[in-house]
Amino acid sequence: MHSATIRPSACPACDAAPAAEALAGKAPLPDARLLLSVPDAHCAACIGTIERGMAQMEGVRSVRLNLTLKRLSVDAKAGVEAGDVIAHLDWLGYEAHELDPGTLSMTETEKQGRELLMRLGVSGFAMMNIMLLSVAVWAGADGATRDMFHLISALIAVPTVAFAGQPFFRNAWKALRAGRMDMDAPISVALILTLFISIYETLQSGQHAYFEAVVMLIFFLLAGRYLDFRARAVARSAAQELSALEVPRAIRLVDGVEMPVPVADLAVGDVVIVRPGGRMPVDGEVIGGKSEIDRSLLTGETLPVFAAQGTIVSAGEVNLTGPLQVRVTAAGKDSSLHRMADLVANAESARTRYTTAAERAASAYAPTIPILSFGAFLVWMYLSGGDLRLSMNIAVASLIITCPCALGLAVPAVVTSASGKMFRKGLLIKDGTALERLAEVDTVVFDKTGTLTMGTSVPTNLDQHSPETCAVALALADASSHPLAQALARALRERGVQPAQLDNLTEQPGYGMEAQWRGQSVRLGRADWVGAEARSTTAAYLALDGATHAFTFADQLRPGAADVVSALQAQGKAVWLISGDVPGAVQDLARRLNIVDWHAGALPQDKADKINALQAAGHKVLMVGDGLNDTVALSAAHVSISPASALDAARAASDMVLLGRDITPVADAVRMSKTAMQRIRENFWQSGIYNVIFVPIALFGYATPLWAAAIMSVSSISVTLNALRLK
Amino acid sequence: MEVLAILIPVSLFLGLLGLVAFVWTLRKGMYDDPDGDSQRILDTRYDDKPKPVSKDE
Repeated sequence: MHSATIRPSACPACDAAPAAEALAGKAPLPDARLLLSVPDAHCAACIGTIERGMAQMEGVRSVRLNLTLKRLSVDAKAGVEAGDVIAHLDWLGYEAHELDPGTLSMTETEKQGRELLMRLGVSGFAMMNIMLLSVAVWAGADGATRDMFHLISALIAVPTVAFAGQPFFRNAWKALRAGRMDMDAPISVALILTLFISIYETLQSGQHAYFEAVVMLIFFLLAGRYLDFRARAVARSAAQELSALEVPRAIRLVDGVEMPVPVADLAVGDVVIVRPGGRMPVDGEVIGGKSEIDRSLLTGETLPVFAAQGTIVSAGEVNLTGPLQVRVTAAGKDSSLHRMADLVANAESARTRYTTAAERAASAYAPTIPILSFGAFLVWMYLSGGDLRLSMNIAVASLIITCPCALGLAVPAVVTSASGKMFRKGLLIKDGTALERLAEVDTVVFDKTGTLTMGTSVPTNLDQHSPETCAVALALADASSHPLAQALARALRERGVQPAQLDNLTEQPGYGMEAQWRGQSVRLGRADWVGAEARSTTAAYLALDGATHAFTFADQLRPGAADVVSALQAQGKAVWLISGDVPGAVQDLARRLNIVDWHAGALPQDKADKINALQAAGHKVLMVGDGLNDTVALSAAHVSISPASALDAARAASDMVLLGRDITPVADAVRMSKTAMQRIRENFWQSGIYNVIFVPIALFGYATPLWAAAIMSVSSISVTLNALRLK
Repeated sequence: MEVLAILIPVSLFLGLLGLVAFVWTLRKGMYDDPDGDSQRILDTRYDDKPKPVSKDE
């Protein structure tokens, strides 16, 4: 049973810190081969629109959309950047995220998958052919005909077992050498022993040979293995390779000359230039330039912070308006990003490894198989007065009937069915055990900025302003790259406002926009610079005609935020809101979403402490968050989900990734995980009942190869059908 | 019973043929995108003539 032994990321801390060593040696490729995740693609029309639309893009040679993986591969001439492709897809109406172009690891998983599928196919064809011959034997062929049929079956079965059984033999050998007992050991013993006994019986012109049972056993077990593998590989490759959009390079200033260098090469004391829109590559101190910086991913604050000479900045913050010169105070291991990674590693190691239902069942069941059949052998040796052949035959029959065919399918069939359904809803399961842990959750903790809200603002009081004010505000806001200005410009345009005619438009980085309108000076920007009185909520201020106007903003809710909270509350889960933002903004959101328990101003460690306290009180916590400040909490929680727009560190630390913008799948996932666990338990019961009925038959010596084949297929198929019932 | 001498080799040959066909489809990557393939039937772009073969496919 392998459904849960591999965690995709043994060390999220390694993922959290930019992998310096991997980046240092990255050379530009002659041809661009880009991989993008396109979560919204779901139909034939999407394939047509995307492939046709992308083919028209400059420099693109060929495109192919894989709908199963929701992944677009683009072959293009050198110089075509992922950013351009994403922009083009956005224009086509599809959201896209870049995937790591290091496709080597992916072809490795693909190779593994194909290998499993090949073994599955070979055993399937062998099973059909042997069954053809076996039916004749069951129908009454005897004497020389039977022996010949058995012999031909043996000729097919021996190479099939040798080829298709390799994964089991390999795992069993590995486990035995490590002194462990897992499901593969009894399976391997059963396969080999049954095959040998059957060959012996054939050579002795015996009545019963179990060739079809052996191959069928391999076939069903491989089917379970393959389902399990696919569920895990698809999720892992997509989730782990969702990489950050920007290249981890920094611009170093040496004697007035700008030089792009890998972040890993920066040392303390270097001066780097951070352009507007760029992310701080290191911790440092501003020594030149004025701007505003967005700290939301680190702290959860929505309001940009003013930055000028002397401001201390941390890696991960985004520079908004003006270029900044930053002197590096900490790089690599000492940076705040890395300290965060250490915290994550601590939280991760504190989380005890979760034992899944499948593992518990396997460890309880695995030893009983050889014990039962060895016991049968001894008892029959005694009863028959030392009839080795008879005792051996009965031992083999019980071995093959107890072999966990349906048990091997019980979990993977359900997990595949459930994760496929969730994937279609836009939720990617990264960790095999996540589904099971999700089913136990009774408390859901949300982060605010970027999780329940989009991290972007929308103007709230446009109606209070005159058309003239709006026209001037639009003209000023349009020229700035500041997020509030852009949000304002977008909202005003949507209302059909025409920009006013302005002269001498200039931007004062860190303060705002200034221009001449009908001979008088107008300003849009910070309260103190405009001469207005600052309000408690987020706002941009306009000075016009001697008066000041305030445009207030509120966080834009993520689509489905209200639904997800009410759906979770309806399911009887406690919903918490814990944010690093100021109390006003948090309280406002909590009231809008009807959340009673909220905490504001929480530091990263506070969030984790809160979750640990909840878990110490016996609650199982689902954490949903996106920021760097959430990573510790994400790894401390029982199970965690982050949106695809989150930082890599947060995505690496969480068990599931939300692919689309809509957050409602979270509530669906919680509900569906409960149903899935119900199906898994039913499957265990089903396969258990088959064993309870047929093991005695085998032990009393009444089992025939026909019985074994029939039981095996019926129980495997009924378990699979039960899994497909999942809604 | 002599008919068995013909029928058994024939059935084995057919089984082998199926296996070879399976290996061929697997190598060609025909199981890589089942969802997409089922949707591509509805696409009218290559109804008149097949898609031009590119090097990597």
